[in-house]
Amino acid sequence: MNILVCIKQVPDTTEIKIDPVTNTLIRSGVPSIVNPFDAYALEAAARIKDNNPDTKIVVLSMGPEQAKEALRECLSVGGDKAYLVSDRAFGGSDTLATSYILSEAIKKLEETEGKFDAIFCGKQAIDGDTAQVGPEIAEHLDYPQVTLGLETELHGDTLKVLKKDDDGKKVIGVKLPGVITFTMSKTEPRYPTIKSKMAAKRAEILTLCAADLKAIDVARIGLKGSPTKVKKSFVPEQNKTCIIIQEESNEESAKKLFGLLNDSHAI
Amino acid sequence: MEAKNKDLWVFIETKEDGSAKNVGIELLNPGRHLAEKQGGELVGIVIGDNTGAAVDTVMSHGVDKILVVNGNEYKEYTTDAYVAAFYHLVEKHGPTTILIGATSIGRDMGPRLACRLETGLTADCVSLDIDEESGNVAWTRPAFGGNLMATIMCPDHRPQIGTIRPGVYKKPLEMKKDVVIINEKFSVPAEQIRTEMLEVIKEAAGEMVDLEGAEIIVSGGRGVGGPEGFESVRELAEALGATVGSSRAAVDAGWISESHQVGQTGKTVGPRLYIACGISGAIQHLVGMSGSDVIVAINKDSEAPIFKVADYGVVGNLFEILPILTAEVKKLKG
Repeated sequence: MNILVCIKQVPDTTEIKIDPVTNTLIRSGVPSIVNPFDAYALEAAARIKDNNPDTKIVVLSMGPEQAKEALRECLSVGGDKAYLVSDRAFGGSDTLATSYILSEAIKKLEETEGKFDAIFCGKQAIDGDTAQVGPEIAEHLDYPQVTLGLETELHGDTLKVLKKDDDGKKVIGVKLPGVITFTMSKTEPRYPTIKSKMAAKRAEILTLCAADLKAIDVARIGLKGSPTKVKKSFVPEQNKTCIIIQEESNEESAKKLFGLLNDSHAI
Repeated sequence: MEAKNKDLWVFIETKEDGSAKNVGIELLNPGRHLAEKQGGELVGIVIGDNTGAAVDTVMSHGVDKILVVNGNEYKEYTTDAYVAAFYHLVEKHGPTTILIGATSIGRDMGPRLACRLETGLTADCVSLDIDEESGNVAWTRPAFGGNLMATIMCPDHRPQIGTIRPGVYKKPLEMKKDVVIINEKFSVPAEQIRTEMLEVIKEAAGEMVDLEGAEIIVSGGRGVGGPEGFESVRELAEALGATVGSSRAAVDAGWISESHQVGQTGKTVGPRLYIACGISGAIQHLVGMSGSDVIVAINKDSEAPIFKVADYGVVGNLFEILPILTAEVKKLKG
């Protein structure tokens, strides 16, 4: 089995703070991490490899040179090879352009790595939260897709995917090749060993640039090739006037709250 | 693709019995408003099997037209069948705008459809408007875990598509017009559907939580201290006839199941009354509940950010406050 895992290096959004004076995001000092959902996608691939040792896992990311750190992390927890797609011409790409570039990179990689049986992605990146790149890669490649995957089981050329949906869970059978996006599950990503960390540090990570993707249509990449444009961004304001209730005792506070809610017909 | 008209479409998700889910019906309300500003018709898109009941429901919520694709292959959602049918409709009729509920189905179908149409899609929007200057839809959505809001436009491609969070537009529009119903014949051969549903695992009845439809929600966070602490939250909820919610911290700690989670990675809610107990108010929680009509926060830390979005803030010990509040409510309802 030949699996490609797409990952993104993201700022740890739980560490982001707002500058109270300028009311903007403070980005500096925020650690960069492997997008948590992508780590679950990689873990799902690693589990297939645990049961099928002839499995190869190739990890792919699009981003600046710095994203190689994230790729190295992936190499230490199951990835066999890693590639970075990076070019100034890709800057400003929205999900349609990003998924197009990634699908072209996947076709290019298949020339040397062989055809991928499955493409695993995290369901969404925690910075953009769009959940679009996985399904859009599937569309560019004309592959079937399963989103919100939790666990998988390989049966010949069919992958059984346990997935989440709004009312519970489902098991979907998908004929490979296909694209599966993963959400967080009980199968927590494994930790690296000292040995695997050392090996990942020494590993060579090749970079593909726009010129390497000969078939790419430059009108469909970067800011120009992106149909969606960010008009503005802003920090949500919270400035309701809150009536604070803090009486002598908790009992009095509770009774005062009850009275206010009752008077305003809230209960 | 060029738009052939100024119509705005709303995708009506159907259940397996063919009836309409609320998520599509609630979008007809902002849909009506935007369609009028855009100068086109409001069209409901119904795809499913035995869709009669869904069509009946859609009729009374302000649409001008309903396009129906009916067939056995649409009984359960599959990406391949639904995207093929939806793409066919768009190609044939050429709308300007499409609204889709940001459910697990909407977010599976939306990107695939947008990509096939080579157009832009804005995911998980919490507010919609028409940009006065350009006439484009201005889609507003949270990013960076809710720390930042972004307004996105799709100026040069049609249709412009967005998925919208369930629960943002909770009040359906009751309005009956002369509705044109068009049954579109479109079928997808079985071999083109490349996924197969093998098993459905429903959540146990006790675990089903309807947060989006709740009138009152009582939520617990880290401050409740443990699974036992949720008992007083549950008791108040029961007295009020409310649904129990929670913050992500309480779910991550394993005190309550994920289906109760409110926030950026949980559900977006808009009840009449939201009571947050022991919830500090991380932005990821606030983004999911700040649209509630009346917000009560009970927290021992008077500096907690939750008080910035609350109407009534009680500073004190929730373990003492909740039982008294519950007793008062019982007396009132008794």
